[in-house]
Amino acid sequence: MLNPASASSPSARAPLLQAIAMTKRYGSFAANDSIDLDLYAGEIHALLGENGAGKSTLVKTMYGLIQPSAGELRWMGEKLELTGPSDARAKGIAMVFQHFSLFDNLTVAENVALGLDGVESFAAMSARLAQVSRDYGLPLDPNREVWRLSVGERQRIEIVRALMQNPKLLILDEPTAVLTPQEADQLFTVLFRLKSEGRALLYISHKLDEVKRLCDTATILRGGKKISTCDPRKETAASLARMMVGAEIGEVKATSARATTVPRLLINDLSLEPDDPHGVHLKGISIEVQGGEILGIAGVAGNGQDELFSALSGERLAPHEDNVIIDGHAAGHLSVTDRRKLGAAFVPEERLGHGTAPRMKLSENALLTGHAASHMVHRGFVDKPKTLETVDKTTKTFDVRKAKRDPEAVSLSGGNLQKFIVGR
Amino acid sequence: MQLVLERRAERSTKIAILSPLLAIALTLVTMSILFAILGKNPAMALYVYFIEPLTDSFTLMEIAVKATPLVMIAIGLSLCYLANVWNIGAEGQFIMGAVCGSYLAVVTNGTDPGPWVLPAMLLMGALGGALWAMIPALCKVRYGANEILTSLMLVYVADLIMDYLVRGPWRDPQGMNFPTTASFDPVATVPTLFETGRIHWGALVALIVVALAAVMLGRTIKGFEIRVVGAAPRAAAFAGFNSKRLVLFTFAVSGALAGLAGIIEVAGPVGVLQPGISPGYGFTAIIVAFLGRLNPVGILIAGLFLALTFIGGEGAQISMKIPLDLTKVFQGILLFYVLACDSLILYRIRLIASPKKAIHGTA
Ligand SMILES: Nc1ncnc2c1ncn2[C@@H]1O[C@H](COP(=O)(O)OP(=O)(O)OP(=O)(O)O)[C@@H](O)[C@H]1O
Ligand SMILES: [Mg+2]
Repeated sequence: MLNPASASSPSARAPLLQAIAMTKRYGSFAANDSIDLDLYAGEIHALLGENGAGKSTLVKTMYGLIQPSAGELRWMGEKLELTGPSDARAKGIAMVFQHFSLFDNLTVAENVALGLDGVESFAAMSARLAQVSRDYGLPLDPNREVWRLSVGERQRIEIVRALMQNPKLLILDEPTAVLTPQEADQLFTVLFRLKSEGRALLYISHKLDEVKRLCDTATILRGGKKISTCDPRKETAASLARMMVGAEIGEVKATSARATTVPRLLINDLSLEPDDPHGVHLKGISIEVQGGEILGIAGVAGNGQDELFSALSGERLAPHEDNVIIDGHAAGHLSVTDRRKLGAAFVPEERLGHGTAPRMKLSENALLTGHAASHMVHRGFVDKPKTLETVDKTTKTFDVRKAKRDPEAVSLSGGNLQKFIVGR
Repeated sequence: MQLVLERRAERSTKIAILSPLLAIALTLVTMSILFAILGKNPAMALYVYFIEPLTDSFTLMEIAVKATPLVMIAIGLSLCYLANVWNIGAEGQFIMGAVCGSYLAVVTNGTDPGPWVLPAMLLMGALGGALWAMIPALCKVRYGANEILTSLMLVYVADLIMDYLVRGPWRDPQGMNFPTTASFDPVATVPTLFETGRIHWGALVALIVVALAAVMLGRTIKGFEIRVVGAAPRAAAFAGFNSKRLVLFTFAVSGALAGLAGIIEVAGPVGVLQPGISPGYGFTAIIVAFLGRLNPVGILIAGLFLALTFIGGEGAQISMKIPLDLTKVFQGILLFYVLACDSLILYRIRLIASPKKAIHGTA
């Protein structure tokens, strides 16, 4: 180990954080099944796996948010017991979550203050915030309210907040899922810098080319088990994907659809005042979507996508009946339920809280959108077997992985919940 | 050293079940201390409060009589609270139900109008309570007025309306100037269940209400709607549920149940309309609703328990000269502990060495 050549190869150094046989069981279902993982300082380590493979579960145990059922963590060789996230932060472990935990009505600085342990004064903290964000090229105005910021900027807050703890290990759960390509590039620059400062990074992503570009090591999980640890730069995207899925991946082919005579969706000169002071004013929007067509709406987040979605779904009504025409029927004044009866279906951006009620079972969440258009309700009574049937059908068609037949929506992994929402 | 509340990663189901029991235990400890300060023997006082009433068939029936209005009102309130609608004014709806139902009893007094009177009175009572509840509901839906304040303030308005009526237009001419209506005719009275004791058909009505609420919450789309609006308002809007209509609905139902409880109380055990028909049933029912975990069966049990405190309090006043107000203190302390223990479902208390910020958002 005195040999300088071998000192630079990770295997010769002691790991910063070592996970040994980590297991997390929910009932009889093992979300994590005896996983070993070594993280080294100065290294970006990728954690790969399909939806529901157990990635979030593993990193949440490393951050003290979940108590493992078995297994042990070692921090610089010593046994590490985490009773909560503040323990992890005290050791130097920081985490950037997939879903942000920010308060919209507070300023950037106030949000950061809420997430830090310590006795520092607010002014000193603000100054340090400005300092850190300047140092790392992550510009943030400490006095702006969060609701004014784009998704990318909000993530910057989370990252800066994590960096202000001067962590030895930074965990990022799918950080680029919400970013534009430019924003992602900016993030990579920061990550490389953190690596060169000798910090360890654990990076969860579904984007394999990103992983190949960024990471030194990759650990692949499948069904809660570790499949392998490899050097992603020596693999191809296809070989990584094969390890994740355990089978060859087919190419996605579009089937050509019959052209319809009426457009499926027509938006005519839609203008809508926001109903809350933080909203965006929609002005003169016209869009036409044919059957067999996928229409994408581009734009930086926070520029009216939410408002447009509400106007389309019927959560907000349009000023005129024919502002929104679904399959030839004027629907601008129809409720969400009536639009569903016309054959429209909606998948909102927020999975938990908007698309589903987090603490309710999947069958109840199937009822949420299915109560009007399908046969789950007879004379006001809920047909429970029918709602369960919908869950089973969706589970089968969309391959939703879950621990039991009818779990609460929160317990599903991010990707699997999305599959369920689309499926129902 | 410092105490902090830290958010739990997962909701603790064990504590969710234990919380009401823990709250009751803490309340008993606090009460014992209070008894000791008052110079009474705590063990003796607790016995008189909680055990003695259970040893005698007369007091057992009295518990059922007191539990009847508590359970009916609390069921209605639980629907509101599940939907995140805060009706605090059930006491006023109870009184207005009693007043509206009594109107028929007063105008038909002594005319022997036939058996339709009692059903009509019950209907009027429910209607009166529902209409009174519609005032805060409409103010909330139309103008965004805070329903906690409006519903609470309307309690005092209702109380004064009743006071005016029994002192003025409805006063019993033979009543020697006491502020009370004439005793209701037998056709305008809720019959008792047995020859002896005051337990009456209203107790069965309360049981039916419990059963209906259980079916509605568990099996119907309306019950589902109530739970979704309370648990995830944005998801409820996405489901196409109209939260404003639900405010009106829950207020109307809880007002109707409180009103029905009110008219059953005056047409049953009390027998006349007079001030003081309620020892604060409408407020105590709030405690019943939370102690019963907003669950119909839980509310039935909690209602019987709080009825026990009323009866035990009366017993303690007679045999140990303990002030009756202590019963209210007891109920207040109980609500305090129930709410405090509930926060332990989502948070845990930790003792830590260095001062740190309390509650952290997780993801
Ligand atoms: N509280 C819970 N109760 C029961 N099962 C759970 C719970 N939390 C997670 N699971 C299950 O554990 C499995 C792993 O979930 P996890 O969130 O770790 O997946 P993931 O790899 O992060 O997936 P994704 O890429 O979709 O975010 C899932 O099948 C999920 O349903
Ligand atoms: Mg995840």
